[in-house]
Amino acid sequence: MSIRATEQRETAAGEIVGAGGAATGVAATGGNGFYPNGRPVKKIDGTTVRMETEGLTVRYGVSTFGIQDVSMPVFDRSVTALIGPSGCGKSTFLRALNRMHDLGVDIEVTGAAILDGENIYEPQVDAVTIRRRIGMVFQKPTPFPTKSIYENVCAGLRLVGMRRKNVLDEAVEKALTDAALWDEVKDRLRSPGGSLSGGQQQRLCIARALAVEPEVLLMDEPTSSLDPNATMRIEQLIQQLKEQVTIVIVTHNMQQAARVSDYTAFFYVGEMVEISRTQQIFSSPREERTQEYLSGTFS
Amino acid sequence: MTLKARYARDAIIQIVMVLLTALVVIPLFIIIGYVVINGISALNMDFFTQELGSPARAMRGRPTGLVHSITGTIVIDLVALVMAVPFGIATGIMMSEYQEHPLSPVARLMTSTLNGMPAVLMGLLAYGLVVKNTGGFSALAGSVALAFVMIPIIARTTESVLRVTPWGLREAGLSLGIPRWKVTTSLVLPAARAGVVTGILIAFARAAGEAAPLLLTSFGNNYFSLDMTRPMDTLPQRLYSLAISPYKQWHAMGWGGAIILLLFVMITFLVGRLVIRRMERQMEQ
Ligand SMILES: Nc1ncnc2c1ncn2[C@@H]1O[C@H](COP(=O)(O)OP(=O)(O)OP(=O)(O)O)[C@@H](O)[C@H]1O
Ligand SMILES: [Mg+2]
Repeated sequence: MSIRATEQRETAAGEIVGAGGAATGVAATGGNGFYPNGRPVKKIDGTTVRMETEGLTVRYGVSTFGIQDVSMPVFDRSVTALIGPSGCGKSTFLRALNRMHDLGVDIEVTGAAILDGENIYEPQVDAVTIRRRIGMVFQKPTPFPTKSIYENVCAGLRLVGMRRKNVLDEAVEKALTDAALWDEVKDRLRSPGGSLSGGQQQRLCIARALAVEPEVLLMDEPTSSLDPNATMRIEQLIQQLKEQVTIVIVTHNMQQAARVSDYTAFFYVGEMVEISRTQQIFSSPREERTQEYLSGTFS
Repeated sequence: MTLKARYARDAIIQIVMVLLTALVVIPLFIIIGYVVINGISALNMDFFTQELGSPARAMRGRPTGLVHSITGTIVIDLVALVMAVPFGIATGIMMSEYQEHPLSPVARLMTSTLNGMPAVLMGLLAYGLVVKNTGGFSALAGSVALAFVMIPIIARTTESVLRVTPWGLREAGLSLGIPRWKVTTSLVLPAARAGVVTGILIAFARAAGEAAPLLLTSFGNNYFSLDMTRPMDTLPQRLYSLAISPYKQWHAMGWGGAIILLLFVMITFLVGRLVIRRMERQMEQ
């Protein structure tokens, strides 16, 4: 990785330090200063960094930049919101965090995305293992059309070999309850996932992602197709999940970002403009562009 | 343009479409009608229970039929299908799901070339591969030849239906930490299964009507046989040899055989449609 990327990281870190305020107070992952994989824990301002990008760049084709040179931390067991105008690269960034671009034809990812001190783009890292640990909820609901509601939720467990019925039953009920869908579907678990309404499908996809118990959860506008009640329950779920899980969420709803997130990163035309603690960025953003965007959306 | 003029134009376009469709459908009915009129008299009990034997049988009014051609067609076509489906689907998957693989463009070039190749060449290929190496004509060689006819069709249709399944399906599967091959076989392929089955049916029907690839492989047989290692009879090829024979009685049997071949293809499609309809209904409710 280049010196330039390292400098970028310092800047990102500096902003967070500047943002001040105590850490979430949760003990570092692995407890004793090491990640589960044995690498030393990195902290910024006393808070454990779970993921981090260094000069992360995604190109679509030769010339179109999805994101350019993004360096930012994602703190352990906290919620990081990604905000910014449509087309600024939020989804592109999110998808780069669990190697979702791997399959894309003509998509080039450079720079580093680091999980527990290890770059997930290193050749020896297995993308499948990474994606087991870093779950994702997509912008558009994508239930598996040939599978029932039940099979949709336990697909992740089942397709990697979990067969014990009581384990699966329990996982399905827990995930659906967490995703605020259990009451609506508990009597029709055998009907196809595609038979649900759009909002229900989205919650099904949330349940499906939760069922494999990821360590990091990436959510791309998870509530954009939900009614206020379901939205509130997903927001509560996020609050509850962050005791265990590190969450990155894309949202166009500033109130939602303010409500659920601990940190907020502002993206603009493919660049990460600033990341700060959420209260900080909403009350006194450092960058003029952030200021303009936020006042634009609020007024 | 006035509203009236727009209505008039709409009506004209509709009439033109009906006419053009009729032009396509009418010859088909003429063919079917012609075949049925000429062949129906040949369809008696003997036709379905007796083997053909020598021309003398037909000439002297002894029992003769095409049961050996009917069973032969079913056996050779089904064995060909069993051989072609795994290769065809695997090649389709390679072309659609593994586009970055160096074999993928090669497969695409080869399947389009094979699709446009005269079927008699598939017979020559099977002749070179199987007949030459096993020392004689055999039903198995016929199946191999028909499998060569089916594979590019199955591969092409599989590729195109896989390509239109939503991209998000693959991403959703991968994001759960499911390995890529498992995403393809357990999520993408089932979502496209109705289309894949349609492709298999088209390939099957196409191969079932081919006579040319069988001339040099399964060769034909006037007598009943289910031995895959020996020559076996098939309807398309038998139609041809009956039609060019000098015996009047055999001509009528040829028309009768054509009715059976038509029925065979129609039943294949009917059963296929039912299966597909059931699959689609399963996905909807
Ligand atoms: N598959 C793709 N091929 C080519 N360009 C793409 C592709 N996906 C995204 N882009 C481009 O990359 C840029 C960033 O897109 P991205 O989807 O990350 O935006 P976003 O911030 O998530 O927007 P939104 O809020 O509308 O979801 C856009 O200019 C977009 O046109
Ligand atoms: Mg997006």
